[in-house]
Amino acid sequence: MLVGATSHSPTGSRGFMERGFLLLVVLMFLEGTVFPLGAASSPDISAPDGAGGHERNDDHRGIDNYTFPKKAFPVLSLDYGHIQMPFEISLWVLLASLMKLGFHLIPRLSGIVPESCLLIVVGLLVGGLIKLAGEEVPPVLDSKLFFLCLLPPIILDAGYFLPIRPFMENIGTILMFAVIGTLWNAFFVGGLLFAVCQIEGTHLSQVELLPCLLFGSIISAVDPVAVLAVFEEIHINELLHILVFGESLLNDAVTVVLYHLFEEYSGAGEVTLMDAFLGVICFLIVSLGGVAVGAIYGILAAFTSRFTSHTRVIEPLFVFVYSYMAYLSAEMFHLSGIMALIACGAVTRPYVEANISHKSHTTIKYFLKMWSSVSETLIFIFLGVATVAGPHAWNWTFVSVTVILCLVSRVIGVVGLTFIINKFRIVKLTTKDQFIVAYGGLRGAIAFSLGYLLDKDHFPMRTMFLTAIITEIFFTVFVQGMTIKPLVDLLAVKKKQEAKRSINEEIHTQFLDHLLTGIEDICGHYGHHHWKDKLNRFNKKYIKKCLIAGERYKEPQLIAFYHKMEFKQAIELVESGGGVKMPAAMPLQVSMQNIQPKKQPPMAADRALPQFTKNREEEIRKILRSNLQKTRQRLRSYNRHTLVADPYEDGWSEYMLKKQRMIELEKKMTQMSNYLTVPAAPSDSPTMRRARLASGCDFKAENKGAKVSSDPNAFYTIKAPPGNVPTIQVELASPQSPDSVNLVDEFSKKGGSSQKNTDDRKEEQGRMMKPPSAGKGGKGEEEEEEEEGENKNPGLLRCLSDPGPSNEDEEDEPFLP
Amino acid sequence: FEQIGILHKRFKQLSHNEDKLRRDDFNTIPDLACNPIRNQIIEAFFDKRNFHQNGEGTVQEIGFEEFLVVMSHFRPPALNMTEEQRENIRREKLRFLFNMHDTDNDGTITLEEYRHVVEELLSRSGALGKETAKGIADAAMLEVASISMGHMEPDEFYEGITFEHFLKILKDIEIETRMNIRFLNLDTTTLCK
Repeated sequence: MLVGATSHSPTGSRGFMERGFLLLVVLMFLEGTVFPLGAASSPDISAPDGAGGHERNDDHRGIDNYTFPKKAFPVLSLDYGHIQMPFEISLWVLLASLMKLGFHLIPRLSGIVPESCLLIVVGLLVGGLIKLAGEEVPPVLDSKLFFLCLLPPIILDAGYFLPIRPFMENIGTILMFAVIGTLWNAFFVGGLLFAVCQIEGTHLSQVELLPCLLFGSIISAVDPVAVLAVFEEIHINELLHILVFGESLLNDAVTVVLYHLFEEYSGAGEVTLMDAFLGVICFLIVSLGGVAVGAIYGILAAFTSRFTSHTRVIEPLFVFVYSYMAYLSAEMFHLSGIMALIACGAVTRPYVEANISHKSHTTIKYFLKMWSSVSETLIFIFLGVATVAGPHAWNWTFVSVTVILCLVSRVIGVVGLTFIINKFRIVKLTTKDQFIVAYGGLRGAIAFSLGYLLDKDHFPMRTMFLTAIITEIFFTVFVQGMTIKPLVDLLAVKKKQEAKRSINEEIHTQFLDHLLTGIEDICGHYGHHHWKDKLNRFNKKYIKKCLIAGERYKEPQLIAFYHKMEFKQAIELVESGGGVKMPAAMPLQVSMQNIQPKKQPPMAADRALPQFTKNREEEIRKILRSNLQKTRQRLRSYNRHTLVADPYEDGWSEYMLKKQRMIELEKKMTQMSNYLTVPAAPSDSPTMRRARLASGCDFKAENKGAKVSSDPNAFYTIKAPPGNVPTIQVELASPQSPDSVNLVDEFSKKGGSSQKNTDDRKEEQGRMMKPPSAGKGGKGEEEEEEEEGENKNPGLLRCLSDPGPSNEDEEDEPFLP
Repeated sequence: FEQIGILHKRFKQLSHNEDKLRRDDFNTIPDLACNPIRNQIIEAFFDKRNFHQNGEGTVQEIGFEEFLVVMSHFRPPALNMTEEQRENIRREKLRFLFNMHDTDNDGTITLEEYRHVVEELLSRSGALGKETAKGIADAAMLEVASISMGHMEPDEFYEGITFEHFLKILKDIEIETRMNIRFLNLDTTTLCK
């Protein structure tokens, strides 16, 4: 942190000044926009002096009266009204993004204060400035704008990337918290507020019960935006995160129903039992209906994506548009739009991801992140602005009682519910967990917008409500948001595990699933594993066939995971290969040889090639590459990369085709002995490694009489060798280094010598996929075999191409002859 | 105690009212047929190592007590367990899994056995078959070896995954919370001794 701070300080101070300057510029623009906002509410066309002689003005006026004085031709004119709306929007977005940028230039600040707080402060500043300028603050947190434009991206982002497995595992708990918890909160807060209002001396006796209940329902909903913003920075473990977050998403249905119920009837003044019953029915319809709408649109989107293999460019658009339509359709029926979005995202994702290209997937991911980030920033800024702007009616009693009651009711609710829930859970929620869940119940902008939507006539105390809501929001976001991080550290709550899933874990997770399902079957107990399994099978059999194009639907999860992992690493490697210098060697700790069972070295004649699966080849390649690159080796010493990053783009089938070809390739080689040198030098210097590589490679090349490239900077390519042995010569791309000298030395050392290279053997500690003579039969015997092998056929040499910075296009090439 | 009663009923049902349960009896369960690892599951029931009696090898038929003992591996941990008890339960469950993989009872999971496991897992997919399974198993094996053994000389041979290594690589998936059948909340040790 210190280092970062010091290294940032020069840039930080500069950044600060930059930021300040930019802020000023932006604010000036803002002033500029605000002025015309107040002044020219009517379109510019009718304003005679709005823009000096705009063409269209002239035309319009020209229609009325033909005689108008001829003005000088306007060379340059200012027409603000023309672009006012988009300009302002862009200005706000720009402001938000610049703010976000600025915060990250001051690392220490963003460590202490969560971003949301800073953004609200900025909003306050902006609002204050606008007010100082004497202009009326634009009602930016207009409910329509908020609900239709700002909220959906965030929710879609959350829904699309929802981790389904933990979510489903904890769905019971989440639903309990969301539904019953919110109900409890609403009634508790509303009721007690009413009771407080009845107390003499608070000047609040005109507040009815129903408005109080309405207020309670508005303010008791945990807000997904705020939760996301704060929890993202504290990295708690997955369980807690999904609990709080899931709750914040699902309580939308409850909020919607309660809100409408109380709003409708607070005019009438009373709520009968019938209404309550209808409310329950309404709740079911709202939530299930929302989910159904989302699911339908999701399936439509998945189905559409099945046919997009020829128009890859617009694939992301389908996902976005269908999801947005789902949201709007749900809102149209007053169903829960949030749940529709979540359902749509969650349903769409598995199928669409199987269909679309990798680039589209990346596009979707980044667009969603970008939009949700901008939205979130804007929301918080607007919250600040609205605070400054809105009419306030401060009432100490009301506000303070609200804040206290919210806290109290949340704590009681969580504790009480956990007590009940723990009876049904296998993994119980500890006190620490309960505390975090209770403390993480942040309120946010949704509450404010709902309050804003209230009709002034029906609710004369609307302003008081708004003030209280804003105070509550501020309290939770500032106080709870800022302190939750130190509290998490203090209580030593389990943090999110950073490690990626290893393949072993994946295998065993799947294994466990099947095992538990089997045991349940044996017991005759239809537990949830059973149903999950049934759902999976149904999914595989019917749904996937419809929704996923091509052959991919047959692919089980484990294989998909495996390929994804390979691919990811390949991409990482390629990306990092751009700046390769001489990174420190992280050795390959265990080589393939170590796990191969030892087999007796047979006689030369009937030595058979160990079965080379294409995967092993790739594996070898990858390991070699990874050693040459020496990047990204944390504990993963088996770095597996696919050699080609690009075929993924062109579709799965091509990839499979190449694999097929590789299989055929191996088959061709079964006749000959193979001396495969895959020098994956563990703890050696890069020098030795390259030397080995080069020597090993070139050694073979020499024997074949093929051209040897002694230039360490050359690229190895795969050439079709004489004879039908596909020899893949890999050229080494590396920046010029003093190592090249040693390389040449190595060269000369091995240049003419045939097999008197016991030292060579020793150095080549890497993976020696010799035909099963991994044993140390005598060195001499090996050499003899080698020699024979050599003279018979040129050995097969596989070295991994080292993707240098400019080599990415060529990767396709070297893969196959 | 009703759970024991339920299990007992089920036992009777499976074994057609005899006292002993045989392998073929398991075949009568229809849902089990779709399970890719059914053979291993069935074998686990007949594997003596799972009977808590330090035996080895397999038996041909099991009685109700053995049935219960095998089932007891799937007990969920109680809330108020100490860390040590949790550790023990975790070991026990992982031991069960280990025994399922280690079919030749030599105490290690060799590459062949691991390959077999992965093949079985993927056996329902059909499409991509043995090659991929081998690749996956090899990768997994490599990973275990590298995590457990650190740097190895090229002449050294990694025999196979021992139980300790198995513990190490799987300690992150919190098996004591996942390998549970919900209703098995009973303590069977009191029954069997």
